[in-house]
Parts: sequence; structure tokens; C-alpha cells
Amino acid sequence: MVMGTGQRRTKRGVPEGLWMSCPDCKATLYTKDVEQAQNVCPQCGHHFYISARRRLDSLLDQGSLEEWFTDVRPKDPLEFVDRKAYKDRLRAEQKKTDLNDAIVCGRGFIRGRPLAVCVTDSAFSMGSMGSVVGEMLVRSIERAIDLSLPIVIVSASGGGARMQEGILSLMQMAKVSAALGRLSRAGGLYISVLTNPTMGGVAASFASLGDICLAEPRALIGFAGPRTIWATVRIELPKGFQTSEFLLEHGFVDRIVSRHDMRGEISRIFDYCGK
Amino acid sequence: MEKIFQLPFEKPIYDLEAQLADLEAKSVSQFGVSDEVRRMRRELDNMKRKIYGNLTAWQTITVARHPNRPQTSDYIELVCDEFVELHGDKAFGDDRAIVTGFAKIGDYKVMLVGHQKGKTLKERNERLFGCAHPEGYRKAIAKMQLAAKYRVPIICLIDTPGAYPGIGAEERGQSQMIANNLLEMSLLETPIVCCVIGEGGSGGALGIGVGDRICMLQFAYYSVISPEGCSGILWKDGDGSKEKAAEALKLTSNHLSRLGIVDNVVEEPLGGAHRDHRSTAANLKAQLLRYLRELASQSGEQLVQNRYEKFRSMGVFEEGDPADVLANASA
Ligand SMILES: [Zn+2]
Repeated sequence: MVMGTGQRRTKRGVPEGLWMSCPDCKATLYTKDVEQAQNVCPQCGHHFYISARRRLDSLLDQGSLEEWFTDVRPKDPLEFVDRKAYKDRLRAEQKKTDLNDAIVCGRGFIRGRPLAVCVTDSAFSMGSMGSVVGEMLVRSIERAIDLSLPIVIVSASGGGARMQEGILSLMQMAKVSAALGRLSRAGGLYISVLTNPTMGGVAASFASLGDICLAEPRALIGFAGPRTIWATVRIELPKGFQTSEFLLEHGFVDRIVSRHDMRGEISRIFDYCGK
Repeated sequence: MEKIFQLPFEKPIYDLEAQLADLEAKSVSQFGVSDEVRRMRRELDNMKRKIYGNLTAWQTITVARHPNRPQTSDYIELVCDEFVELHGDKAFGDDRAIVTGFAKIGDYKVMLVGHQKGKTLKERNERLFGCAHPEGYRKAIAKMQLAAKYRVPIICLIDTPGAYPGIGAEERGQSQMIANNLLEMSLLETPIVCCVIGEGGSGGALGIGVGDRICMLQFAYYSVISPEGCSGILWKDGDGSKEKAAEALKLTSNHLSRLGIVDNVVEEPLGGAHRDHRSTAANLKAQLLRYLRELASQSGEQLVQNRYEKFRSMGVFEEGDPADVLANASA
């Protein structure tokens, strides 16, 4: 639906190579140091892209992840072809990321407490939500209800709803939101973690529906892409527009939490809301 | 009908209509209608049927955006016996891009929620061409919740290019409000009927689109993104590939009913809804009444359960061992 166009964050991932530079503080960094710091700049705290699997490693108690629905794979219901066929795009994204689609789900533990957890990966088709992402989220939410687990969903989805699956992607927004409605009625806890970037149909559905919404610092989060907004209003966008800090200021985010502190923060919320 | 905005592909129709009008004027003095007039009327009907039976996806978009296409306000006038508008979102302001209020349709009292684009330039500017802000979605869900309290059925008429992309909209939580609506609509214990009457633009459309029945007018469209936006992102040529994008997105009523997203397609009169508001409204009314009758006997709990399953089943993916899937495919 919308492409994230993080002006300051055009880098999709940590570049391969021994040295890298930080787009925020411009420091030249030893790549190993950044990786060891969960892809956070040791100088200024800039949060680089981190893959869904590595995020799960850093979030969960070591080795505690039991992955769910690992054999759900995307199809090409519209036989969509733009400059490239969706089928080919999918194959290329799968090869690049070693994922079936833009999400990893499962059960894990944080400081000994069990939870359901889903993480989208912005390296796969901009982390956009098509049928597979929607389905795996709903199944995870339903399982969280059945098992009385809290659920944490980490969004990294600049692509919003995936265009190549057309209306089916749009409907995933309603489908996942409805499942969260059930969870809420059942008294389940949902913590939404917003990371860079979270836009469009993902922002306008599950990512905004947490009982608690946490955001990594300086993430790009919004409904319409900055370019679309600029094209409509034709005035300069305010500084820091559509960042985590902007959302906090306007009352749509509860806390800004650095990647290093995320485990601790989530565990503390469980202390208050856990059963 | 007086002079109306003509779409490029409609030109032969308007030309023939002009010829026919001339001929009719000439034959007024004579007895009855000449064979020639009759022949031309038949030809005109055939032409309309042929042109409108073979619209490309992009042409359908232009019909859905036709400035004379009936809007929510027209249906209020032509379908409803009474309308009591309710304006308040109780938080920020009255968003004129969405209209809400009590209405009577046949024997039913309903809550009507609809995008309104506006007809004059002044009205269009006030209503931002049906592009709602967060307060519009807040107003909509507040009125729907009010309706659910008394089991008043809800009718949502969808007609928007999309939710408004602006600074204020982001500051006031466009994502948050649309997301809230999706969640809350899924829980309302009253019948919800949605119809895409013109443009079904993405999240802005879906924000009032979670219903027990979803229908659309024949030449309306419903899409995850506008063809222009899709062209810019995937073809990277601005709106240069909007026609290709419109085709690829499968956003017409034909495709959407085949995909199982739309329950019914409401037929438009020959030559499109903009040519005949009255019969379009009659067709829509008949469909809405059928739905209201069908849903009347379901308990609130049943409605919520069925609505959940309706959306739960949307999506296409494959599952299982890839080798098995291949084997099944070739079997
Ligand atoms: Zn830095």
C-alpha cells in the first residue's frame, strides 16, 4: 500500500564487509561491533535493520523458540506481473532471506515466561502483509488465546499491505484485527513493538492495536508514505514527522524502548499484566 | 439528461444520442415513431451494451470516478425515506468526508455510514473528495456502536479514493483510527452490510468495510492501492503504467466476486450509474433489503461468529511439504 521511504534510513541491512558507516552519526564502525550490539550503532544508538530470526534470538531466552507454521508458503493468486512476475519476486525474496514469507512466528520464553511471538522481516518484500503474513498472524493469535499466552508482535513492514496480492492483502488487515478483537475479549495481552519501518496497512491494523505499543527509537511509523503526503499537501513536512518520537508526542505510542532494553521492558509489562 | 461529463470511450454513445435526438425532433410532427428512430434506438442500446460490456480495468476506474456518479447523498434521497444526520465524533471535529446518521429503508430503521465526495467544487473541497481524517473514522465507529446497542442494522456506503494523506491526519492517528475500526466492527452485534458504490480505495475504504455482507456496484472498484500509486511503486514511472496496474490488481467487480471478496454485484443501468441515478438506487435498495432480511434472524453472537469466519477464510496460500504440494498439483 505504501512504501516506507525513510529518508535517513535508506540502508536495508547492515552492509557486508569489515567496516560500515552509520547514516546518523556518520561514524565509521567495525561491522562486528555493530552485530554484537544487536545491530545498534555503538556511537549514537542508531537502530539498523535486524532480521526476524536474529531479533527473535535477541528477544527470547536462549534456544527457547519453537517455530510455528513453518510450511505455510505464499502463492500467486492474481498471477501478478509488473516489471517482474510476482512468482519470480517471491522466489528471489525467499532465496535472499531464507524465509517463506515476511514473517516468523512461534512460542518462546522471556525470562522464563512463555509467550507467542511474531516478527515481520522488512528484508522480505518490504515486510509487506499478504495472505501468508495475515494467516500466520491469525493462527498465532488464535493459538495464544487457546494456550492463554500473551502475544508480542514486532512489526518491520515498510510495504504495508502487499500490492501483488491485491484485495486479499487488504482483507488481511481486517482478518488480523478481528483476531486481535477476540484476543482482547478473551482477556489476552498483546504487546505491539513498532520498528523501522512500519507503514500503511500494517500500521493501520495490528501494529496499532497493542494493549501496549512500544517503539524502537527513531523508527519511521505512519499511514501514508512521506512522498504521498508531500505530493498531496505540497508543504515541507515537519522535522521528525512520522517517527517514534512523533507518535509518542501525539499519544499513539506508550514507550520508546531501545533494542537492548526490549527484553527487560516486555518482561516488566508481563509482571503487571501477566496471569 | 443535460450535458454531462463525457468519458473518452463514451464518445460514440453521445454522438449517436445526438443523432437520435435530431431525428426524434424531426419526426415529432409525424405520426408515431419512424422505423428509422426505432432502429437507431436499438443500435444505441447495443452500442452501450457492447462498450460497457468490454470496459478495461482502467476504464472502469474512470466510470467509478465519474463526477456525475451517484453518491451517498443521492442514495439517501433515493433509497431512504428519512435521514437524521449525526455529526459528532466527540473528540476533534466533524469530518465531512464521512456522513453518518439514522435512516429508514423500506421497513428497516438503520444506521447509515457513507463516504461523501461532494458534487460542487465547494462541496468537494469541504469534503476533501471523500478522503476522511481520523475523526471521520472515529465518528463512524461511534455511530456504529450506538446502533449495535439497539441492534439497529448498519449500512456502509464506500466511496473514497483513500484515507486522507496529510500532516494533520498523521498527527491525529490515521493508522490508529482505521485499525480501531477494523477491530471494533468485527465485534458489533448487529447486522452490517457494506456496499462499494464508487471508489473502494484501500484502508480508507476498509475502515468502514468490515461487514456480514459485502457487495459492490458493477462498475465500482475496490483495491489495496490506487492504480496510479501502484504504477509509481512497482513500475517506477509515476502514473505511466496506471492502466497496466489497474489490470494487474484485479480490482473490478468481476474479479472480486471470483476471488470471493464480494458477495454480490449490483447491476448498473445501461451505460453506467451516472446515466440513471434512479434505477441504480432501485437496484441498490433491493440488494440492501435482501441482505437485511437475510441477516435479521441471526443473533448478535452468530453474526459476530460468522463475520469472523468470513474474513478468516480470506487469503490464498499453500501449506504442507513442498513435495506433496507438487504431487497434488500434478495429480
Ligand atoms: Zn551512529
